Amino acid sequence: MTNLLRHRLFWPIAVLVVLLASNLVFSNNFFTITLQDGHLYGSLIDILRRSAPLVLVALGMTLVISTGGIDLSVGSVMAISGALACLLIGDLSNPDSTTSVLLVVGAAIALCLVFGLWNGFLVAVLGIQPIIATLILMVAGRGVAQLITDGQILNVHSAPYRVIGAGYFLAVPVSFLIAAAAVALTVALTRRTALGLLLESVGGSPTASRLAGIRARRITIMVYVFAAAFAGVAGLIYSSDVSSADSNAAGNLIELNAILAVVLGGTALTGGRFSIAGSVLGAVIITTLDITAVSVGVPVETTLLFKAIVVIILCLAQSPTFRAKVFGRFATKKAATREAVAA
Amino acid sequence: MIDVTTPPTPQRNRPLLGAKRVYKANTKHIPVLATLVLLVVMYSVGVYNYDGFGDTQVVLNVFVDNAFLLVVAVGMTYVILTGGIDLSVGAVIALTTTVAATLLEAGWPAGVVLPLALLIGTVLGLGMGCVIHFFKVEPFIATLAGMFLARGLSLLINRNSIPITNDFWTQMAQKRFRFDDGVFISLNVVIAVIVVVLAALVLAWTRFGRNIYAIGGNADSALLMGLPVGRTRIAVYTFSGFCASLGGVLYSFYTSSGYSLHGQGLELDAIAAVVIGGVLLTGGSGYVLGTVLGVLVLGLIQTIITFQGDLNSWWTRIVVGILLFAFIVLQRLVTRKAK
Repeated sequence: MTNLLRHRLFWPIAVLVVLLASNLVFSNNFFTITLQDGHLYGSLIDILRRSAPLVLVALGMTLVISTGGIDLSVGSVMAISGALACLLIGDLSNPDSTTSVLLVVGAAIALCLVFGLWNGFLVAVLGIQPIIATLILMVAGRGVAQLITDGQILNVHSAPYRVIGAGYFLAVPVSFLIAAAAVALTVALTRRTALGLLLESVGGSPTASRLAGIRARRITIMVYVFAAAFAGVAGLIYSSDVSSADSNAAGNLIELNAILAVVLGGTALTGGRFSIAGSVLGAVIITTLDITAVSVGVPVETTLLFKAIVVIILCLAQSPTFRAKVFGRFATKKAATREAVAA
Repeated sequence: MIDVTTPPTPQRNRPLLGAKRVYKANTKHIPVLATLVLLVVMYSVGVYNYDGFGDTQVVLNVFVDNAFLLVVAVGMTYVILTGGIDLSVGAVIALTTTVAATLLEAGWPAGVVLPLALLIGTVLGLGMGCVIHFFKVEPFIATLAGMFLARGLSLLINRNSIPITNDFWTQMAQKRFRFDDGVFISLNVVIAVIVVVLAALVLAWTRFGRNIYAIGGNADSALLMGLPVGRTRIAVYTFSGFCASLGGVLYSFYTSSGYSLHGQGLELDAIAAVVIGGVLLTGGSGYVLGTVLGVLVLGLIQTIITFQGDLNSWWTRIVVGILLFAFIVLQRLVTRKAK
């Protein structure tokens, strides 16, 4: 039992279960999943579908945070990738051609890679603090997105493009499949190769890793490129879901939600050890919170208040100092008895 | 990197053997001087290119339109000097204006509403400071929670814009100090200037100010030196919260309304102004004067874009981004040289 309580994913899972359970009280058919027109349908599926962009952004953010950095520019990158894709699709002679749409998607993601390289260059080569280096793109990026769309909301009508965010494959939402593939790819790369270890070592101490023969600089640049690429895909999902590019609304505040998701998942902002499963859980918790607010019937805006309370509770629960202060006497007594028993 | 000198004193250079004594700027002053040069260049370009840009009132309007940002940025300067960050300021402005407008609409006297409004941010800042210090929660996360809390509360109170018709508020909003025909400043500017001067004095000449620089330089060393790290840190976040609330009050004078969406993204403007003003984001180096110049640069960009007429508002963001980049690289070069 204590092992279960001590597991780093215990608290995030507990919060998610409580949130889902509270839905049951307010809407009876919350857990029913039905098959309509060959699509799975239901609140749970909705949660999976709507968490996809946040899961993607949180994945990239996890990698960046594991190296001790942070990426504030993800929201702007989302806006830029959606804006570019919609602009190019608007110029296509045949917007329903799958090949051209794939080319457009490739171009949008390529542009995001460039922005990721830029962030990585600032952090790893110029040695600027990550929070500031990415602040530049966060401020300028939305301007760039508005420049691309000329300040308008671009609407597109393209069946293949619509599939990315709103389509279904074998009755499962495509956006969920994309996010799942990204998670699988990241897990494979970080846990089945040495990459994860290298990331954690760079996060622990860049200097020590460099002395140990790790190319810390290259790894740092790489994580920012990853983060930007994932953010770009998230931007495509978002803009495809609404069939338009809105430079102001796309990815608004998502950097904060993504950081929140990572922290909820138990990855410390100081870098070092990271948990991909935790970040995914964190992202799902945040989306569930938004959906729960709707089903409970409180105004959507007040989810902010919910979030604040959840953040405060989780941060305090994860703060070792707080735990020591509140449960301190209790814990030491227990440890003492355990030691006595062992002796 | 503990800096206890005051902004205007140039560093005494050690006489070099066999070399002439030339004036060399203190490396800590270079970012501020660069901002000053930029400001002068921008102003000259404006005067040269646009009719009527040279009007005194154009400059004064930059102050009138940015008085609230100035106050908020001063609080942010204190926080950033200790090596922290405060993301909650924009949301605190929204909460302050909403609470003030709601209470005034309910018929509360202005004499009660004003202190209450100022208390909101101060208490929130105190709370965030305590969480950051006692529970060792990252400033970024703690103030993010504060931001969600303040924005959520103001949305909970009222989702719509509330007009303020209170007599005192209207009087304050319409109060003008006229120097000449058509040359004036608003009460907001006077309040902002008082805050700036007081903050600069406190930072330069009090023990509290030196403690702030010491903590920003190295918090562990400051603690080992016996400086009151905890008290200073909590005080800094409280001060920033107070500044944000005061900024909110000024904003409600300026717009005569309370709205839960006021001040969105304002924390970014404040951070940008502080960075452009030459305050080191790792803490420990920078001046309130620099922040004032940073706010003026932001304000002047807006003015130039308005005068130009055919440029769109998104150019503001792009130009601010480019300036941020330039100044951050400059800071980087300066600190590298200093080491």
